[in-house]
Amino acid sequence: MIGLVLRRAGGGALVVWLVASAVFVCYFAVPHDVARLIAGKQASERTVAAVRARLELDRPVAVQYLHFMGRLARGDLGVSFVTQDSVRAVIVRDLPVTASLALGAAALWLSAGLLAGVVAATRPRSRLDRAITTVALFFYSMPPFLLGQLLLFFCFYRLYLAGVELFPPGSYVPLTESPLQWARFLALPWLTIALANGATYARLTRSAMLDAFGEDYIRTARSKGISERRVVLRHALRSSLAPIVTQFGIDLGTLLGGAIVTEVVFGLPGLGREVVQAITRQDLPVIIGVTIFGSALVVTANVAVDLCYALLDPRLRRR
Amino acid sequence: MPAPAAAGVRLLDVRDLAVSFRTPDGIVEAVRGLSFGLDPGRTLGLVGESGSGKSVATAALVGLAPGAQVTGLALYLGRDLLTLPAEELRAVRGRGVAMIFQSPMTSLHPLYPVGWQIVEMIRAHEPVPTRQARARAIELLGHVGIPRAERRVDDYPHQYSGGMLQRAMIAMAIALRPRILVADEPTTALDVSVQAQILRLLAGLQRELGMAMILITHDLGVAAETADEMLVMYAGRALEQATTPDLFARPSHPYTRALLRSRPRLDAAVARLTPVPGQPPSLIALPAGCPFRPRCAEAVERCAKTPPLVAIGGDEGHDAACWLVGEGTA
Ligand SMILES: Nc1ncnc2c1ncn2[C@@H]1O[C@H](COP(=O)(O)OP(=O)(O)O)[C@@H](O)[C@H]1O
Ligand SMILES: [Mg+2]
Repeated sequence: MIGLVLRRAGGGALVVWLVASAVFVCYFAVPHDVARLIAGKQASERTVAAVRARLELDRPVAVQYLHFMGRLARGDLGVSFVTQDSVRAVIVRDLPVTASLALGAAALWLSAGLLAGVVAATRPRSRLDRAITTVALFFYSMPPFLLGQLLLFFCFYRLYLAGVELFPPGSYVPLTESPLQWARFLALPWLTIALANGATYARLTRSAMLDAFGEDYIRTARSKGISERRVVLRHALRSSLAPIVTQFGIDLGTLLGGAIVTEVVFGLPGLGREVVQAITRQDLPVIIGVTIFGSALVVTANVAVDLCYALLDPRLRRR
Repeated sequence: MPAPAAAGVRLLDVRDLAVSFRTPDGIVEAVRGLSFGLDPGRTLGLVGESGSGKSVATAALVGLAPGAQVTGLALYLGRDLLTLPAEELRAVRGRGVAMIFQSPMTSLHPLYPVGWQIVEMIRAHEPVPTRQARARAIELLGHVGIPRAERRVDDYPHQYSGGMLQRAMIAMAIALRPRILVADEPTTALDVSVQAQILRLLAGLQRELGMAMILITHDLGVAAETADEMLVMYAGRALEQATTPDLFARPSHPYTRALLRSRPRLDAAVARLTPVPGQPPSLIALPAGCPFRPRCAEAVERCAKTPPLVAIGGDEGHDAACWLVGEGTA
């Protein structure tokens, strides 16, 4: 078990290192003189040279790379070209927004998706099953930005025009400041992500449950005279958890690195919107920093999924 | 032995059982017109090639054939299982009628410890504390021959061998001292050396608990050793029904005789199987007449009409569904 953890963590660190290296190449792949970019178009050659020296852009690539990795190892992600804020501070500032969005949406989609999937699987080919499958397919195939816009239009503008201010206009209030306001601001973004993702989970749960229902041990469970509810939840759903956990780990890890579309549509100051801004400003350290951070999250999620696997399935545990 | 039920009421009395499935290709008539009875302490051997409806017939009795349409009567101590309310039927499952299955490797939930699964069974029917149920699970496992049961109780199914898993299944099945044990090909998936042990274990438990048993098998030899009565099934129909000695002494239906010939003979230098030639028919839109007719060497014109299951001359309670063995012909 401990060996597995170490192996997975080692593999994960390797992936992050590869991503960081690839991102480092960006410094050289960009079509601009980075020093000129920072110093500004009007800056004199001397200023540009000074910037170049400060950023060590005049040193050999190998040295730059080593220094870059050294700083990374210490958790130093550099400084924004534009605002001169440390990238780490930017991430620390934006992460609570993105995490609020991701975790709230995850709770929603997980419960709704599992419920819909279980209900559909226990009544295969019934009208309810068909309805769930159709609705799931609808949200599954709808682009999130469109879904967000539609929710904004109907649940915000139309209600607002009608004098109902159920959801306040786009901004963000930290949970610590006012839990109610926090939830009101996030409700529509949560719904946007949860509807799209919940559809995936409903489909996933349904098919995994249907597979489980065909297993011999479900017949055994029924022959024991336990309640059907127990057969469904303790036996069939238990067997269906592995694929759901896999998907969940990847989804949550990806989302925590920034829910770009949803954050932009709803104007939430999270990591995703930060990256979009950084890209338009060519603020390389921020792009690079957030990218590396996001990849570390995905890798962590994958390691967590592997551990969950071992916890979920005794056959994978080694004594 | 449990006290006999009220006079005249049999433990199990199945009459004219029919099971069908609606499929995209048509209606599968898996079981047709099956009737049999069962008394405490007795064993009924249900034999026939694979696909003849043995599993479906017994599963349907306790509502375990999902998607099936079941008609007929299945009187368990006088109550019809086929019309019993769901909650009452649930109480019969496991406690009145317990089951073990063909493939022990897949019949236990792979993600729960063996003991947990026995505890679940006990607690579904009796409001005992978990600790007490667990002690009983250990006792049961020891009773069916699992060594160091107090340690193996927390093992997962993958840590057991096939034979041990079938023992664990049996321990679970007898946990509530059921009146009827349905053993659906309990040895088919096991090594030959283990098969005899499991059959001995079942026979011993049956004597000890006085339970009735329905032993499903496609191996006449297994049935011969264990069953008091036999029911030979083919394409969902009963072709011959008799006490075990009678069936072996006077196999009357050509299909029964073919099955007997297909038995591996231990006395032969090389155990050779003479399989029954041909394939069982499709159960969708089965034509009228004897279902075995296409494979029967003795078929005559009359076989195009369905032969009734009637007493053959001679043995009491020996029925066969064949025109050639009707009264006087045998
Ligand atoms: N759910 C089902 N849907 C359609 N046909 C089924 C279903 N279950 C069983 N059958 C059919 O019923 C017949 C009898 O099956 P079964 O009772 O398992 O045979 P046996 O146990 O004698 O080998 C088979 O032809 C099988 O294909
Ligand atoms: Mg079978």
